[in-house]
Amino acid sequence: MNRRTIPALLTAGLLLSACTGTAGTSKGADAKAVDDPSKVSGTIKVLTQRTDLVQDGTMKKYADDFRKTYPKVKVEFEGLTNYEADVKIRMNTENYGDVLLIPGVIKKSDYPKFFASLGTQAERAKKYRFTGFTMVGGKVYGQSPIGVTPGFVYNKRVWREAGITDWPTTPAEFITALKAIKAKTDADPYYTNFAAQWPLTSWTYVNGSVGCDTGATTKLVEGDPWAKGADLRVGDTLLYDIVHEGLAEKDPTTTNWEASKPRLAKGQIATQWLGTWAVIQFRDAAKKAGVDPADIGFMPFPAQVGGKFCAVVGPDYNQAVNVHSEHKAAARAWIDWFTDKSGYGEDNLAISPLKDAPLPAVLQPYTDAGVKFIEVDDTAGAQLKLIDSESEVGLYGPDYRQDLVDLARGARKGSLDGFLGDLGKRWTDAQRSVGTR
Amino acid sequence: MTDTTEAGPTGRSAARRKEPPPAPATGTPGPPPAPRGTRLWRGVTPWLFLIAPLALLLTFTYAPIANMVAYSFTDWDGVSPELHYTGAGNYTELLTRPELFEVFFVSGYYLAASALQIVAALYFATILSFNVRFRNFFKGVLFFPYLINGVAIGFVFLYFFQDGGTLDSVLSLFGVHTDHAWLGTPTSANISLAGVSVWRYMGLNFVLFLGAIQSVPGELYEAAELDGANRWHQFRYIIAPGIKPVLSLSVILSISGSLSVFEIPYIMTGGATGTETFVIQTVKLAFQFNKTGLASAAAVVLLLIVLAATWVQRRLVPDDRVDLV
Repeated sequence: MNRRTIPALLTAGLLLSACTGTAGTSKGADAKAVDDPSKVSGTIKVLTQRTDLVQDGTMKKYADDFRKTYPKVKVEFEGLTNYEADVKIRMNTENYGDVLLIPGVIKKSDYPKFFASLGTQAERAKKYRFTGFTMVGGKVYGQSPIGVTPGFVYNKRVWREAGITDWPTTPAEFITALKAIKAKTDADPYYTNFAAQWPLTSWTYVNGSVGCDTGATTKLVEGDPWAKGADLRVGDTLLYDIVHEGLAEKDPTTTNWEASKPRLAKGQIATQWLGTWAVIQFRDAAKKAGVDPADIGFMPFPAQVGGKFCAVVGPDYNQAVNVHSEHKAAARAWIDWFTDKSGYGEDNLAISPLKDAPLPAVLQPYTDAGVKFIEVDDTAGAQLKLIDSESEVGLYGPDYRQDLVDLARGARKGSLDGFLGDLGKRWTDAQRSVGTR
Repeated sequence: MTDTTEAGPTGRSAARRKEPPPAPATGTPGPPPAPRGTRLWRGVTPWLFLIAPLALLLTFTYAPIANMVAYSFTDWDGVSPELHYTGAGNYTELLTRPELFEVFFVSGYYLAASALQIVAALYFATILSFNVRFRNFFKGVLFFPYLINGVAIGFVFLYFFQDGGTLDSVLSLFGVHTDHAWLGTPTSANISLAGVSVWRYMGLNFVLFLGAIQSVPGELYEAAELDGANRWHQFRYIIAPGIKPVLSLSVILSISGSLSVFEIPYIMTGGATGTETFVIQTVKLAFQFNKTGLASAAAVVLLLIVLAATWVQRRLVPDDRVDLV
């Protein structure tokens, strides 16, 4: 036999075997709620993105509390720094923990293949928020332990020193306020956190706050997100103007997220667009830096409908039960306990996923100002992701906003209208090709 | 692979049938034919030794590549249990979207940088092959960056290029106050990143060159010196021809390296501000837009481009044997 035929044969064999790479399909299982805690047993593994809480022992404290009610269940945690990417690869196997956070990459229609159902929406919606976000065919597959609302984290002292005491009500007023901060204080009026990437991504969550519309997601799917007056255009234009007017940090390309926290606390940075979840981190940074944590404030997007601000409440990562788990009852017990009784939400100053729970104290100013809270309908969420991937725009990635910031500071050629128009064109083209498929 | 003793399969087996070979094709000296079992054993032995490396090579190199090629003909999104065969659809899409290839302009910066890198490495290797004071220390200094993890280098240089960071402080010691955002514009960012790449990989080129230079027999230098050759002559007529194979290897490595730059720009800028390379783009297609099929096709295309570049280079500069003595 010719020596050269051996590698050729091997390659052919590999090519054949390569086509059988994906795991088999299993469909539809329920993780039923538990009536008698003493009957549940087993060791469950919980995947989490909060590596900080795993390392400092906070998660272990939750697990110890959990064991007081469920003495026969042992909970182990696995913290993943790069959660999305790591879990995505593991989803091809059956080994992705007993409880995990649903990664953004999984198509909604595939949920029944990966996760066990927690019950029908009709029944769960009586008690919990956000049930629509993980609902497939009337069944709910995940539950977020906390609710978050996007907004500006700002340093109250700096804003006061600049003479601004009321929240701006339009993007133009917001720019004027930042200009006043630039003129009257030493602070960077705004910090983009360009290099960390995801803080730019969070500008997508202005969706809904501008028009105070619960159908905002459906509008994205059906229309052009960057049409005149559309939520995303208003948000992106504000970001562009902030950078274009020189109100952001001098060199966005080398920003540092961890360092930005104490800097905002100390008043070297005035404002950042983030979410309620960030407030606790900035207050901790303030404590460490020896400044007053009460200076960290939170304000809604500068837009009003009928004289009222609007705040969109959405879920964080949704916890779900692995459909292949051998201890579904224990896993379900953990999710229920973690959502209802763990105190995780209060510890993070977050909005409770329970419908009847009061708002956290950090949002007291919102209540005082009569901010309207809405939940965006996520029925079109799956379609939105499909168009987003097809168009390669990346609403949930940093790329187009990094380009937007580059455009605003002159490191990229073009005009804002041209840039947003191009995004809109790619988006509507993708709508067409997805629709006709 | 040019095995001159092999005249093609038919010719060889024909020769074998006629008479016991005086020198078999495998190159082993021909003692009287050993008993059958021993002969078999001898034939199997090298393969036994090869089992471990071959298994590793197949499992971790060829199987994933075969998998990737298979995925490139599907519409797989990276997680879904279902995937459909799409034929050459991904390749058609790739080739009909010229904007996907625009990122190769960025490789130009790295290509220019690697030319610089080879020249610098050659310079240092030549100097340090002569008797220089502290030469082992300098060798260490030059090779050290190559030993550092690429991710760590990315973070270190992020601080280095920061506004008011290391570079700015060092420059201000010399009285230069630039106030320049090093990663701020596409040109400046790409040059800065290519600079980091030179800093990192020069050590490898340097060591390769140094090894090749030191394998040149020492008496050649002595003879040259007796003949009155100076250092430049020694470099031009002894060192340069002596290390030609290594030099051409370095060129191949830098071309394929420049076409597939990833670590440094991905960690430092994530591809922002015009620093996106083909591999970063591929990673984004696969992991951000969940087009694993298309991304696999892009990876296959990159592999073909690198192979083609290597082939062209080998044709232009054939690797003929050098005989110094």
